[in-house]
Amino acid sequence: MAMTRFASSEASRGLLMVAPPALYALLLLAVPLAAIFAFSFWTQDFLTIDFTPTLKNYREAFSEPLYGELILRSVLIAGSVTLATVVLAFPIAYFVSFHVAPNRKSLWIFLITIPFWTSYLIRVFLWKVILGYNGVLNTTLQGLGLTEEPLTFILYNANAVVITLAHAFAPFAILPIFVALEKIDRSLIEAAQDLGENRVMTFIRVTLPLAVPGIVAATLIVFIPTIGDYVTPRLVGGPNGLMIANMIQTQFLKLNNAPMGATLAVIAMTVVTVIALLFIWLNRKWLRARS
Amino acid sequence: MKGGGLRIYAWLYLVFLYAPIVLLPIFAFNDATIIAFPLSGFTTKWFAEIPNTPALVQSVQTSVIIAVITALLSTILGICAARAGAKYRFPLKAPILGFIMLPLVLPEIIVAVSLLVVILALGLPLGGWTVVLGHTLICTPFCIAILNSAFANLDPSLEEAAFDLGETAWSTFRLITLPLVMPGIVSALLISFTISLDEFIIAFFLTGTEPTLPVYLWGQLRFPQKIPVVMALGTILVALSVILLTIAEIFRRRGIARAGGKDTGGFL
Repeated sequence: MAMTRFASSEASRGLLMVAPPALYALLLLAVPLAAIFAFSFWTQDFLTIDFTPTLKNYREAFSEPLYGELILRSVLIAGSVTLATVVLAFPIAYFVSFHVAPNRKSLWIFLITIPFWTSYLIRVFLWKVILGYNGVLNTTLQGLGLTEEPLTFILYNANAVVITLAHAFAPFAILPIFVALEKIDRSLIEAAQDLGENRVMTFIRVTLPLAVPGIVAATLIVFIPTIGDYVTPRLVGGPNGLMIANMIQTQFLKLNNAPMGATLAVIAMTVVTVIALLFIWLNRKWLRARS
Repeated sequence: MKGGGLRIYAWLYLVFLYAPIVLLPIFAFNDATIIAFPLSGFTTKWFAEIPNTPALVQSVQTSVIIAVITALLSTILGICAARAGAKYRFPLKAPILGFIMLPLVLPEIIVAVSLLVVILALGLPLGGWTVVLGHTLICTPFCIAILNSAFANLDPSLEEAAFDLGETAWSTFRLITLPLVMPGIVSALLISFTISLDEFIIAFFLTGTEPTLPVYLWGQLRFPQKIPVVMALGTILVALSVILLTIAEIFRRRGIARAGGKDTGGFL
């Protein structure tokens, strides 16, 4: 009887229902993240871990210029990727939302999402084929007589990483902006035009501010995973295009220094979180200043 | 025609999106070990070589098994979360659901190393099951995102009517709710299967002696003579993904039509 009464209360039923995924996330996400945090205060003592808490790893991370450089580069690359992806994606989202017939919209969205569902590894590798010294782009440009020498600034450097990641994360930017644009009440735009605004001013003063939530979501969805990307810098980045994830992997699997890897992971996570929160805060402030 | 300039831009953008995928079959059927233009001739020998590469076949099997288990687990967890989110009010609802969605915005390398640290600290062996654990963690948020719309479009009066007419809670779920959200479940299964099949970094860290397909491919990319076979396999995978996604999309649309909702397009 007590059991039925327990089960009939809405709150406990809800909690019971959400318990399996919540417990799963607790055990496999919260606990491991806590473990990483703990590891970052321990040190590697040859084959064993020294459990005395110390800030040695953090001191090393901040004094060794290589780590700082990798983190800075990761932030800069992820920032450029985000900017390029969002700026390139916005017109597409706008086009599909405002200029495509309603019954064709999901077809366009489907077309945009398909390349995203094909093997990420192979896609990155194919960018290497496209951008390479004897690659598709160079042979085409030379074949058309547009360039004499193969372009070398597009492979094995940060540019290649930006191009490849901007491609890989395109749908992540298009979809949130598209959803935000779809939610805009079209009568607001008509009202603005009836009140004498031209099309450009209507876009700047009505459409764009209303699309901001989508742009913010797109920015975060692209920025956060790209900063921790491993495959792209490794395959197309060359020595000067490597990012922090490559160093974390090296610490864990090659140098067998899990505490240092954990420290770098914690620093990377902190940097991501601080930048994301700062971005959200600036955006809130801007929105409030407008209204 | 409205949006002339934008339309041209949209088509150019699609060319950019499809550029690498179009090259895949071209090199898969090209009779040369070097992946570059000009093409030398048509061949299907790279496809014929796939079944003769035991390590490749083995990695495909490993990946498929992992992907199937991951799809089932993450869809079940996703149903629980989406159902709880749509139907009940309970304390700390937003933080709990937000926490479950967290892997969506966490760099995968962080998920991978944190799981690796815990598994090694517990002295557990790495293997297929550790990859399943990691993949389920990152697939569940995607399943929830898909299933949320399926459960949100569900009319609660249908369930209440079945309940009033004497069905039990379980039979109501089985006879009324499940058929209505089934399309959502099918597309959640397919999406999580696809994500798991393609996921590299978590598998790279957590796989033991049996590599998954992406981990195997990663190893092959270093050997130029193996790359045409990788291209052939990639072509098959692309074809399979497109077929699976088309089926998922059909089910999703049918589900929205069945629940009487309006199609807003897209999986995410």
